[in-house]
Amino acid sequence: MSVITLQRKNLETDMSHETSPAQPAKAAPAPVTMAADSAAIAIHDKAINERAAKNRQLISAFFQWLLPPLFGLMLFTAIWALISYQSEGLPGPIPTWHAAVTLFSDPFYNNGPNDMGIGWNILNSLERVGLGFGMAAILGIPLGFIIGRFAFASRMAAPIIGMLRPVSPLAWLPIGLLVFKAADPAAIWVIFISAIWPMIINTAVGVSKVPEDYMNVARVLKLSEWKIATRILFPFVLPYMMTGVRLSIGVAWLVIVAAEMLTGGVGIGFWVWDEWNNLNVEHIIIAIFVVGIVGLLLEQMLIMIARRFSYE
Amino acid sequence: MEKIIQGKYVQLENVNMTFVTRKGTFEALRGIDLNIREGEFISVIGHSGCGKSTVLNLIAGLLQPTSGLLFCAGREIAGPGPDRAVVFQNHSLLPWLTCHENVYLAVERVFGKNENKTQLRARTKAALELVGLGHAADKRPNEISGGMKQRVGIARALAMEPKVLLLDEPFGALDALTRAHLQDELMSIMAKSGCTAVMVTHDVDEAVLLSDRIVMMTNGPAATIGEILPVALPRPRKRLELAENAEYNHLRSEVLKFLYERHAKKAA
Ligand SMILES: Nc1ncnc2c1ncn2[C@@H]1O[C@H](COP(=O)(O)OP(=O)(O)O)[C@@H](O)[C@H]1O
Ligand SMILES: [Mg+2]
Repeated sequence: MSVITLQRKNLETDMSHETSPAQPAKAAPAPVTMAADSAAIAIHDKAINERAAKNRQLISAFFQWLLPPLFGLMLFTAIWALISYQSEGLPGPIPTWHAAVTLFSDPFYNNGPNDMGIGWNILNSLERVGLGFGMAAILGIPLGFIIGRFAFASRMAAPIIGMLRPVSPLAWLPIGLLVFKAADPAAIWVIFISAIWPMIINTAVGVSKVPEDYMNVARVLKLSEWKIATRILFPFVLPYMMTGVRLSIGVAWLVIVAAEMLTGGVGIGFWVWDEWNNLNVEHIIIAIFVVGIVGLLLEQMLIMIARRFSYE
Repeated sequence: MEKIIQGKYVQLENVNMTFVTRKGTFEALRGIDLNIREGEFISVIGHSGCGKSTVLNLIAGLLQPTSGLLFCAGREIAGPGPDRAVVFQNHSLLPWLTCHENVYLAVERVFGKNENKTQLRARTKAALELVGLGHAADKRPNEISGGMKQRVGIARALAMEPKVLLLDEPFGALDALTRAHLQDELMSIMAKSGCTAVMVTHDVDEAVLLSDRIVMMTNGPAATIGEILPVALPRPRKRLELAENAEYNHLRSEVLKFLYERHAKKAA
């Protein structure tokens, strides 16, 4: 103890001609003594307390994070059951569940292009989304960088983006059909054109938000455009870019169902339409759940990737 | 102009700076004349907002003067460059790079053409060790204290072996103890490297302790150099001994008088 006090004294005299605030240093010695005396007793108590605290945390986590969503889902199912009980055409949760069990017991059967398992339909839709989104990313992210980095490019792009972005994705379908003369590329085209905007815009916003200080470092060092892009812009913009990617995937998945309804082929959207023609309402409800759950998984996956790449 | 005239290593000739903003124009600096000798340590002191950072950024080449001329080592300053390293007020380290990588980025830029990777790494390591941070090389900026970050910023600047070191309130955000410690370190580093330095500060003690001359600026708008105070204290300087030194205290009160009597800032 005495050593510590002594050192503090030294410091105070050392710094007396400075504008250093000596007040906090003076107050410190007393608590230090107390802590040293009671340290041994505290360690034992601490272990017990920690275990109890951990249990308490688990219980409160259950009530805070698990119970409410479960409760929500139960309520949702109950309302659904009630409505289906009242209406004639709408199947309730139980028949839907049974239909889902049979459907998912053989997801990958193949009886020709018009009758394939639900698994094939999902995979086909995912493939279209992947292709359309992938091309949008390859083009949109570099475009976003250029628009964010150069004011001229930004001013050039502003009216085009402003005008085209609000256009409903399906309005692009006829153009796709006309240009590609086939349904599949047209659907991919629709995904592409609706997924590209969030990536361009978010990337550009990220680039324009790069702090002046970092750019000044680049200027003093006279870094090359390539070094600026890889060492400063890209790491800083990554979180913004990932937000754009997430929004894009969301939009793409949203649009694919509608596009496939119009273009046909194998895919979850077409499957919904097919089941409507067969008046198989259970399957339509299942499709809604499938679309929702796949969308949720995509989103979660991207959030995980984003976290992996965050520098913080 | 290649031959440097003695006593004019960095030269500011009738420099004026007027900012054009959306609200109109703002005349920040008027008629700044300053000559800095090679190896000299200059402090620029003045009230907040008077234009100290603007002067520094002009020397750095980050800003272009509205009129007037700036020279460094006999050449006109046309833009920023690694011969005039800047230690920024808020350290400006890239948060996604480790301390080593932050310094290496600068070292690679300046010496990458003539040296191999091993040499560049050795330079980086030496710079970090110079500021006492050899052990923190692999840490990211958000894992170290404010004082350590500022040291990495200094290491990055020094590793470039600049002709002129520019420091913008380098210790402004630090607590008094850390600040005193870093001031002492900077003093010994500058003594070793012999490099020319311009430091912006608002700390009177810091200015007197470190400088060969103190440039005192009047208040803005249209701020200019009010007086230049030579500090003839012998080096190496020890802060404890200086506390009772009559010359030190005289200089200190000269600066204080300039700031608080002749050019007191009206309460905003
Ligand atoms: N880019 C700019 N645009 C407009 N005004 C500026 C700009 N930079 C600085 N100023 C103004 O110039 C004056 C001096 O600024 P600065 O050099 O940062 O002061 P100091 O560093 O002494 O606190 C301030 O009034 C500030 O508002
Ligand atoms: Mg400033």
